[in-house]
Amino acid sequence: MTNVREWTRITNVENIPSREGRTVTVDGVEIAIFHLENRCLTIENKCPHKGGPLCDGIVSGTTVVCPLHGRRFDLESGMAVRASEPSCVATFPTRVEDGIIFVDLAGVRKDQEEAAT
Amino acid sequence: MKQQLVVVGNGMAGVSCVEQILKQPHNFDITIFGDETHVNYNRILLSLVLAGEKSAEEIVINDLSWYQTNGIRARIGVKIASVDRERKLVIDEDGGITEYDKLILATGSSAFIPPIPGVDKKNVHVFRTLDDTRALLEKVRPGLKVAVIGGGLLGLEAARGLQVRGCEVTVVHLMETLMDRQLDATGGDYLKRKIESLGIRVMLPQQTAALFGNGRVGGLRFASGEELEADLVVIAAGIRPNAELGRKAGLQVQRGIVVNDYMETSDPHIYSVGECTEHRGQTFGLVAPLFEQGRVLASTITGNRGAIFTGASPAAKLKIMGVDIFSAGFIDESGVGVETVRYEDPSLGVYKKLLLKDNQLLGMILVGDIEDEHTYMDWMRSGTDLTPHRRQILFPPRESDPGLEVAAIPDSDTICGCNGVRKGDIVQAIHAHGITTLAGLKEHTRASTSCGTCTGLCEKLLRAVTPDFQEETRTTLCSCVPFSYEQLRDMIRGQKLKSVEEVLNIYGNRKGCEVCKPALSYLLDMVWCGDHEEDRSARFINDRVHANIQKDGTFSVIPRMRGGVTTPDELRRIADVADKYKVPMVKVTGSQRIDLLGIKKADLPKVWADLGMPSGQAYTKGVRMVKTCVGTAFCRFGVQDSTRAGIELERRLENLFTPHKFKMGVVGCPRNCAEATVKDLGLVGQDGSWQVVVGGAAGKSVRKADLLITVETTEQALEASDLFFQYYRENANYLERSYDFVERLGIEKIRKETVYAPEADKQKLLDRLARSKTLAKDAWLEGQTPVSPTQFVQIQPIQVQPIHVQPREVQSA
Repeated sequence: MTNVREWTRITNVENIPSREGRTVTVDGVEIAIFHLENRCLTIENKCPHKGGPLCDGIVSGTTVVCPLHGRRFDLESGMAVRASEPSCVATFPTRVEDGIIFVDLAGVRKDQEEAAT
Repeated sequence: MKQQLVVVGNGMAGVSCVEQILKQPHNFDITIFGDETHVNYNRILLSLVLAGEKSAEEIVINDLSWYQTNGIRARIGVKIASVDRERKLVIDEDGGITEYDKLILATGSSAFIPPIPGVDKKNVHVFRTLDDTRALLEKVRPGLKVAVIGGGLLGLEAARGLQVRGCEVTVVHLMETLMDRQLDATGGDYLKRKIESLGIRVMLPQQTAALFGNGRVGGLRFASGEELEADLVVIAAGIRPNAELGRKAGLQVQRGIVVNDYMETSDPHIYSVGECTEHRGQTFGLVAPLFEQGRVLASTITGNRGAIFTGASPAAKLKIMGVDIFSAGFIDESGVGVETVRYEDPSLGVYKKLLLKDNQLLGMILVGDIEDEHTYMDWMRSGTDLTPHRRQILFPPRESDPGLEVAAIPDSDTICGCNGVRKGDIVQAIHAHGITTLAGLKEHTRASTSCGTCTGLCEKLLRAVTPDFQEETRTTLCSCVPFSYEQLRDMIRGQKLKSVEEVLNIYGNRKGCEVCKPALSYLLDMVWCGDHEEDRSARFINDRVHANIQKDGTFSVIPRMRGGVTTPDELRRIADVADKYKVPMVKVTGSQRIDLLGIKKADLPKVWADLGMPSGQAYTKGVRMVKTCVGTAFCRFGVQDSTRAGIELERRLENLFTPHKFKMGVVGCPRNCAEATVKDLGLVGQDGSWQVVVGGAAGKSVRKADLLITVETTEQALEASDLFFQYYRENANYLERSYDFVERLGIEKIRKETVYAPEADKQKLLDRLARSKTLAKDAWLEGQTPVSPTQFVQIQPIQVQPIHVQPREVQSA
């Protein structure tokens, strides 16, 4: 975990309907931002099972269900919910301020730097 | 010479006592006086009349013909002013005199109106009688601000009824806890949350100091100084026994008219039953003990004095669908030696508390789960030693033999509290009428026809009593909202729920999942014929973007080609689209359509616009297509115009949702080239007629369709199709294909309820289909007017370069 957050201003929170997800591509990585009751949560938009677009899944509480084969992930931890399908997706710190969604994408950039070196 | 029996009071207790008297040999000439201008009705159901779930006629217990056939003089709308015990006569308000040999006072109770300044203003109502209900109904309209004073059973039921009518309702209660006489603080808190989730505001503790307003009420002023605006005020602050008549006559009266165990008053010729009586210092307001009083009095008065009324422990059940509250017995845990056992699950809204003393059950509070009510009541009444049950006392194991479980319920136990039906009545009715279904039981006994909380128990009784019980197969939707489809349809309809969120908040776990959300979306759309609050987050992605998601996250696009008939123009546009968007695969489907595969989500609206064709709905649980052969148009064997009929059939039903996908076929002769007999619905052309066949399949299952009906004209065939289609929509479980549905119900039953149904019933099915059809539209129009601006697009970040901030600012992350 880095000490400094790299908040990126993404979009107006109203652009994501309640209990739905939308994708944003940042530096070639697709992330899925979900609008829950009073907050937003962000994960990588790629199911580790077969690469399904998680942003298109149905939200249930703080979990999302992959539209392709029904894997379920917790949006806070990124962990698969069912113990029988152990896997996880990356999560990104997200906050909403004055109606604007901010996501800390340091994780994305760091991964890419590591991949480049 | 017959004896004159006069009954003062035409309510549930008095009339049920008369019913008991009629069952025994007697020598009475009976006169019943009732000050309300109605025949005997079920007062318990008034809140359902208020909510619009029942009509005034539907809650009548005994209509005028009942009085006539039993030779009873009904003096309806006549109030008795006094009793002259010396001369044994009653005097009505107009001075009319009626002699009696025996007199039953069953005057009931009245709404208690607290002495608050301003209660005499206009638009201040009580809620106690059918007339009160009608007066309220004349005033209610959506948006009306209503304050209900009193957070007890009646106040809450009235509040719900008014809120279902669209009023903005606030319940104001004097105490810290709703239903404080039946619940403790925790139970009251659970109830409050449930009530608030229904959309009713709750204010407590709040003492109303005055009603303000100029002539007409304008609102409430509280002792705290706060005010609440209200156009209408309903006072439900409790009831008081109508004991005045007895008091004036010089009978022994305390809170109510005092009776002994035989229901005799202090005058040997006068008896009393119902809410106006006081027995061993207690008054009663629930139907079960009042009916028991009636039975005891019927014995006493017909010369079989012997049966005694021994009182009843207090018990109360709230009749609001989805808000399960039951309380009975002694609930004060501060008593010496009283132990409490409790269980709470806040997310399910379940709270159970049992009070025990010396290993016997003293009382209970059940919120959110009242399944074990009868087991507990049995333990409480019989004083069962609970030592062997202590480990499982909060969740007593179900008897594996359902017969044993219901066998333990005494015959006199009330099963249906709304309609006062006892176990004995049900068992007797099952034997007398050979009832084998729940529907039959409802028809004969009225049990389980009102609030529905006793449905499970009625089924258990049926299963135990009749060897031929036909269970209505019910599948629970899912653990998020554990009800059957039948129950959910009733709830949505009865409680006027319009959105998935409402259903989940009130009846479910407030979250829902990928299983129940699409199912609820379907049910709402079907019940309200499309006039519901659509929630796209509750739909599968295919129904958010109107295309079929593929393994790589791209989509397939299939435009509608009615009857599989297309034009060179359409084909050219399809080809152009395939080129322009570099469509990786163009494929002819098994349904006589053309599929463009591999389209990106963001391109969907543009593709649809370029195609200029409507959605083929090939991605959803809805009407897919009608496959046709060429029929008489070209085929030398064709005997019916299958393409024309197929195109028309598709036009009539397209854009509608169904429980599962719905495929159709129309063929112009029995050679069946378009395979109509393995479709959900098929029309098979014969020389001079059409066979309408349903429930066919050639997918995961292969099944030959059943013949629904043979008709002469195309119009008749289309109407039969409409009937089956709408019947399937309304009665199938979500994700139940027509072939499973037809097998489950049997084609005979389906015929009886569709094509051979009474004209009026057919018309209702057709009307609902027509209503749905007027609101259904081509989903691809959303390409031009999306429901949210980002329905199809990827969001572009406002700014790409991040701002660096110190971690202390990110606590909210």
